[in-house]
Amino acid sequence: MTFNRSNLCWLALGLITASYLLFWAFLLGATATYSTPDSWLKVLMSPEIRHATWLSLVTCSLAAGFALLLAVPVGYLMSRREFRGKSWLDAALDIPIILPPLVVGLCLLIFFQTKIGKVIEMAIPFTYQLSGVVLAQFVVAAAFAIRTMRGTFQHLSARPEDVALTLGCTRFQALWHVALPAARRGMVAAFCIAWARSLGEFGPILVFAGATRMKTEVLPTTVWLELSVGNLEAAVAVSLFMVALAVLVLVAVRATGEKV
Amino acid sequence: MIQLDHITWKTGDRVILADVTIAIPSNTYAVLMGSTGCGKTTLLEILCGLRSPTSGRVLLDNVDVTDLEPRERGIGYVPQDLALFPGLRVREQIGFAPKLRGVPPEELNLRVNRLAEQFGIVPLLDRLPDMLSGGEKQRVALARALAAQPKLLLLDEPLSALDESMRAEAVTLLQRVQSEHSLTVLHVTHSSSEAAALGHLHLRMAGGRLEVGW
Repeated sequence: MTFNRSNLCWLALGLITASYLLFWAFLLGATATYSTPDSWLKVLMSPEIRHATWLSLVTCSLAAGFALLLAVPVGYLMSRREFRGKSWLDAALDIPIILPPLVVGLCLLIFFQTKIGKVIEMAIPFTYQLSGVVLAQFVVAAAFAIRTMRGTFQHLSARPEDVALTLGCTRFQALWHVALPAARRGMVAAFCIAWARSLGEFGPILVFAGATRMKTEVLPTTVWLELSVGNLEAAVAVSLFMVALAVLVLVAVRATGEKV
Repeated sequence: MIQLDHITWKTGDRVILADVTIAIPSNTYAVLMGSTGCGKTTLLEILCGLRSPTSGRVLLDNVDVTDLEPRERGIGYVPQDLALFPGLRVREQIGFAPKLRGVPPEELNLRVNRLAEQFGIVPLLDRLPDMLSGGEKQRVALARALAAQPKLLLLDEPLSALDESMRAEAVTLLQRVQSEHSLTVLHVTHSSSEAAALGHLHLRMAGGRLEVGW
């Protein structure tokens, strides 16, 4: 192969990509070699961290489930219907993505101090409660799930749904019988992305649900709590466990064929 | 009988259909020709209710259906890309409309099998759309539309994806389907030979207007 200018260009781009990946490999490698697998296991088996792990798995699954329930109708509306002010609504749906996480938590905290918020809390208490953890995770995760579902429906032709309408379906039946079965890979991807996003959520949870051990402590809170008392070994073990979970989610999303 | 009464359709300032008025008698095979982008598909979509006209009325057997939902019009529609439902087997595609209408399982099976025999697709009943050839997909799409027992069938370039040899076979099939089911058909095509072989009534669209004749 002769090296012309075009090849040199590709080589340079390849080197930039490789450097970035190498940087990440060094970061994770350095973290992984900070302590031994024995000490990771010891940390992960402690009652507090087992509780935080269990709580993370449950709350992330609930938040991702709720996010998907919201994302399917919103994503379908945004991909299939043209209406006045759609671009504004589109931008508004992305607000949780661009808001600083602590601000999201603060907004939740302040909302539940209002009259409407207090009425809601009479039925379901959220502030500094486990349900607050799920809500804080849901608020941000839903925005990502909506993005994914909107992309999924945009890639699916609306024609089969049109035909279903002529065959006797209402719009809701066309969504249920035709669009949803066709969008099932996208739904799995949206759930996984929402789940992964919820797993990494820290700021809103800390502000809105607190960081009470064995009550509202989830894995990112554990990392923060362990760091704050100088227990770097425990923080590293939990971080690596979260990295492993994130990789699993990424593999699951890739297996659906959807792009994140 | 299909009647389009002064149908106009505009997008922004652009007039796609300009005061289209036509009557197609029952049991007629009408063929609509015209250049790409002249509004043929728009006209079909207005007829089956997927698009509302800017002005004008659509009448089926002298009943004004302009404000009716597509499902209330009794019109079968086969789009250009055939739009088979992803993930549904051929059996489920054909049985889609009868099942929606609550047809009992025995009668549903009977209807699916009868149509499958008529279209020569019995061996394909358990296949998914991805496992079908262009000609097979076209037969499934037709059978699916006819399973709803429509009075009117709208076909949007249904033979465009077929090669020459299969096209001749499909033309014979369409003629047979139209006569056996006593259907009124409006068939959009770019092919003059297809139009000559099938059409009882020839329509041409140009400049947003519809004219009878070649």
